[in-house]
Amino acid sequence: MIPLSWFLFLSAALFSIGLFGVLARKNAIAILLGIELMLNAVNINLVSFWRYNDPSRIDGQVFTVIVFAVAAAEVAVGLALIISVYRHRNTVVADEIDLMKW
Amino acid sequence: MTVLQLIFLLTAAVILGSAAMVVTAKNLVHAALWLIVTLFGAAVLFAILNAGFIAVIQVVVYIGAIAILFIFAVMLTRREMLDRGPQLNRGWWLSAIIAVIVFGGLAWLLQGWDGLTKTAPALSSGFDSLEALSRALVSPDAYVLPFEVASVLLLAALVGAVYIAFQRKGEE
Amino acid sequence: MTTETLLWLIPLPPVLAFFLIVIFTNKNRALSHTIGVGAAALSWLGSMIVFARALGVHELGKTPFQSTFNWFPTGAAWFKVGVLIDPLGAAVLFFVAITIFMIFLYSVGYHNYGQPAGDHDRKGLPPHGATVTDEHGHAHVVPSIEPMYSRFFAFLGLFAFGMYVLVLSDNLLTLFVGWEIMGLCSYLLIGFWYGKPSARDAAVKAFMTTRVGDVFMLLGIAYLYSATGTLSFREIFNNAGFMQALATTATPILGLSAAGLIGLLLFIGTIGKSAQWPLHIWLPDAMEGPTPVSAMIHAATMVSAGVYMVIRMFPLLSLDPRTMTVVAFIGTFTAIFAATIAVAQNDIKRVLAYSTISQLGFMIAALGIGAYVAAAFHLITHAFFKALLFLGSGSVIHGMEHGVLHVQGEHAGSPQHAGSPQHAGSPQPPQQHIDPQDMFNMGGLRKKMPITFWTFLIGGFALSGFPLVTTGFWSKDEILADAWGHGHLAVFITLAVAAFMTAFYTMRQITLTFLGEPRTKEAEHAQETPWTMTVPLMVLAFFAVTYGWVGIPEHFPGLGGLVPNWFHDFVGHTLAHVPEAPAFSWVPLLTSLGVALGGLFFGWLYYRNVKSAKEDVFQIPVLKNKWYFDEAYNFLFIKPAYWFSETFVYKWMDQWLIDGILHSFGKATQGLGAAIRKYIDVIVVNGFGDLVGYGTKDVGQGLRPMQTGRVQQYMLAALLTVIVVGAILTFFLAA
Repeated sequence: MIPLSWFLFLSAALFSIGLFGVLARKNAIAILLGIELMLNAVNINLVSFWRYNDPSRIDGQVFTVIVFAVAAAEVAVGLALIISVYRHRNTVVADEIDLMKW
Repeated sequence: MTVLQLIFLLTAAVILGSAAMVVTAKNLVHAALWLIVTLFGAAVLFAILNAGFIAVIQVVVYIGAIAILFIFAVMLTRREMLDRGPQLNRGWWLSAIIAVIVFGGLAWLLQGWDGLTKTAPALSSGFDSLEALSRALVSPDAYVLPFEVASVLLLAALVGAVYIAFQRKGEE
Repeated sequence: MTTETLLWLIPLPPVLAFFLIVIFTNKNRALSHTIGVGAAALSWLGSMIVFARALGVHELGKTPFQSTFNWFPTGAAWFKVGVLIDPLGAAVLFFVAITIFMIFLYSVGYHNYGQPAGDHDRKGLPPHGATVTDEHGHAHVVPSIEPMYSRFFAFLGLFAFGMYVLVLSDNLLTLFVGWEIMGLCSYLLIGFWYGKPSARDAAVKAFMTTRVGDVFMLLGIAYLYSATGTLSFREIFNNAGFMQALATTATPILGLSAAGLIGLLLFIGTIGKSAQWPLHIWLPDAMEGPTPVSAMIHAATMVSAGVYMVIRMFPLLSLDPRTMTVVAFIGTFTAIFAATIAVAQNDIKRVLAYSTISQLGFMIAALGIGAYVAAAFHLITHAFFKALLFLGSGSVIHGMEHGVLHVQGEHAGSPQHAGSPQHAGSPQPPQQHIDPQDMFNMGGLRKKMPITFWTFLIGGFALSGFPLVTTGFWSKDEILADAWGHGHLAVFITLAVAAFMTAFYTMRQITLTFLGEPRTKEAEHAQETPWTMTVPLMVLAFFAVTYGWVGIPEHFPGLGGLVPNWFHDFVGHTLAHVPEAPAFSWVPLLTSLGVALGGLFFGWLYYRNVKSAKEDVFQIPVLKNKWYFDEAYNFLFIKPAYWFSETFVYKWMDQWLIDGILHSFGKATQGLGAAIRKYIDVIVVNGFGDLVGYGTKDVGQGLRPMQTGRVQQYMLAALLTVIVVGAILTFFLAA
C-alpha cells in the first residue's frame, strides 16, 4: 500500500514550505499562515505514525487533538496581537515591528 | 499503483502546490484562500489514514474557524496598496536555502531510519477510533488532564485575544 | 679594726663623696664642700693610722699588710686583686693623703666660698667678680664664687679615689684602673672651665697624650700577664723562677729580653703620665685648669703615679741594662730640656709646670741609674714642695685678681669711663687689662701677701736645693751622689747643670713676683688670701722643711749618724736586696751646694733690676716656644690624623665610596622600578586589564547589530545555528 515514507516526506516538505513562509514573508499575518502550514505538517506526521505504528493505541490521535486546540488558541492570540499592533503602529510589516532589541 | 496511492499522490500535489501558493501569494486574501485548499488536502489525507474524526475536525476547526479568522484579520489590517510590491522580505533567498536544507536534513534523517518503508498494519473490521479517542480524552487514567488543560488554554487564549484586541470607546 | 680592713676602706670616702655630691648635694655648696673635705680628712686619718702601724712592723718589706680576693675566674684559677702596703707604699701613702687633704681644704678658699655670685658669671667660665655696694654707696668689685663649686669637689673626690686605688693596689691591673681613673679626672678637671676653648683643647690634649703612653703600658701589662700568668707585684718579684725567665727570654724587638721589653713598654706609660720628653706637651697646657687641679695633678698625684709605677716595677726594669739606659737617658734629657724652657716662661704657673717636668726627669734619671731609694725620696719631697709652690702660686694669682677687680671697679666708677652716666656703679664686662698670672705684672707682693711669700720662698728654696734646711737639698743631693758614686758621669754633669738652671729660674720667679716694687696698679692692690688657703700652705711648708731630715745619709759630714737614715732603711727594705747607700764623696756635695747657691744668687742678681719682659735677655723665641715641639707634633701627627679622618675616611671612603655605592643602589633600584613600571606595568598589566574591558565592550558593540528586533531574522539565525551544530555533530563529532 502506501509506505510510511511517502507521508513523512510529504510532511517534511510541507514543513519546509511553511518554514520558508515564516522566514521570508513580510506581512505578519502571512507569517502566521506559514506557522499554520507547519502545524499541519506536524499533524500529518502524528496521524501517520498513529496509523502505521499501532492504531489501537489512541495516543497519536489524542496528541493531534491537543495540537488542534493549541493551534487554535495560538492563532487567536496571534491575530489579536497583530491587530493590536496594527492599531498602534499602523503597520503589519514584520520588519517594521522591531522593538525587541536593545 | 493502487487507487489509494494515486489518490495520495494527487492529494500530495494539491497540498504542496497550494502551500507554495500560500507562501508566495501577493494578495493576502488569496494566500488565506490557498491555505484553505491546503487544509482540505490535509483533511483528505487524514481520511486516507483512517482518522475520520480528525479529518472532520480539520475541516470544522481549521478551515471553519482558523482560516476564517485569518481572513477577518487580513481584512482588519488592510491598507490600500499593501498588496502590491514584493511580499517577500529582503533575505528570502537565505530563507529558501534554509528551508531546503531543513528539508534535506529531515529527509536524510528519515533515510537512516529503518522503519521507513513499513506499511500500514491492517485494521480490524469495524474499527472505530472515535470511541477510543473519546474515552481517552475523558478517562482519568488517560488524557483527561491534557484535555482540561487544553480547555483552560483555550479559555486563556480567548480572554487574552479579546483583551488584546479590544477597542475602547474613543480609542483609535 | 685590722689594718687590712682599713686599707680597703681608705679609698672609699672620696668616691662616696663623688657620688653623693653628684646625685644629691650639687645645689648645696656648703654641704658639698663639707662632704668633700670631710672625705679627704677621713681618708687622711685612715692613711695616718696605717702609716703609724706600718712604722711599727719590723721588716715590713717581708711581711707587708696585704689582703686579696678572687675577682674573676681565669679558666681553672682565679685572678686575684687586693691591697698591699709595704714600705714604699706606706711612705707614698703618707704624702698622698696629706697633700690631697690640703688641696681639698685649699679649694674651698680658692673658689671663693662665701662670696656673692658674680654679675656675669656663667657655668663653664671662670668667675669674674661681683659688684657689691657698701653702706656708703661705693661700688666695689669683689671676687665671686665659682658657679660650678660643688662639681669641683666631686671631681676632686673621684681623682683622690683613683690615686688611692693606685697606691694601695697590689697588682698592675688595679693600678692601671686607678691610673685610668686619674686620666679621666685630669680630662674633667683641666677642662673644668669648659667654656674656654683653650681649656677644652688642653683637656683633650692631656687625655690623648697620656693615652698614647697608656696603650703601650697596656701592651706591657698584657705581655707580663701572658709571660707569668699573674700581675701581682709580690707574686712576680718574689718568684725567682719568674724573674729568671723574664730576664733570659729574648724578644724579637731590639734584642731586649722579656723583662726589658715589658719594662720599656710600662715605662712608656710613665713617659706619658709623668710628662717626660717626648710626651711632655700636655703638662704646660694643663695649667688651664684651676690651680688646685694643677697642684693635684702635677704634684700630689698624677705625675707622681707615673714615677711610683716605675719605682714599683724597678725589680723588673733592673733586669735589663738596656732598658735602664733608655730610662736614664729620657729622664736626664727631660730634666735639662724642661729647665731650659722654664727659664723663658713668664706665666707663674708655666714655670712651675716645666719645673715639674724637669724634676720628674730627675727622678726617672735616678731610677735609670739604679738609685731606687733616692728616686723614691725625691718623689716624696718633690710632692710636698711642688704642691706648696702650686698652691702658693694659686694664692698669688688670687691676690692679683683681687687687684684686678679693684682696678676694674675703679675704672667703672671713674669719670673718664662715664660716657653714659648710667654705667657708673655697674661694672663693665671685665676687660682683660692685664694677665694676673704674668710675673712681669707682679712685684713687691712680699708686703701685700706675707704668708704666701714666706711659704713660697720655702718651697722655692726646697726646689732649688737650698742646703740643709730644705728637703729638696737632701733628695737632690742623694741623686747626684748616686750618679757620681756609681760612675754615671754624663748623667751627673747634666743633672748638675739642670739643677743650676732650676735654682736660677726659681729665684727669677721669686724675684719677679715678690721682691722689688709692684710693677702695675693691680699688683699694688693685691691682698692676702683667706685661711682656707694659707693654712694648707703652712702645713706643706712644714713638711718641705722637715721631711728631708728623715733621709740624712749616714756618712754626711757632721749631721750624718746623728739621726739614722730612717728613709733609706725603711723604703730600701721594700726590695728583696736592700740597696746600698753610695759611699760618701765631697764632689757631689760641693756640686749640689754650688749649683743651688749659685743659681739662687745669680737669679736674684739679674732679675732684681729687670723691670719688664723686654729687658729680659732669656726671652729667646726658641725657648719661649718650647723648642717648637708642639708645632712639630701638629705637623707630624695631628694634621695627618685630621687629614685621615676628614678627607680620607669621611670624604673619600664614607661619602664617595660607601654613599656612592648606596646611592647607586638607590638609583639602580629606582631605575629598575621605573622601567618595570613603564614597560611591564603600564603596557602589559594595565594593557591586559584594559584589553579585557575594552575588548569586551568592542566585542559587544560589534555583536550589537545582530539584534535587529526583527523576529524573522532571529529565527533565521536560530535555524542556521541549529543546522551548523547539527552538521558538526553529525559529520565531525559523532563517533
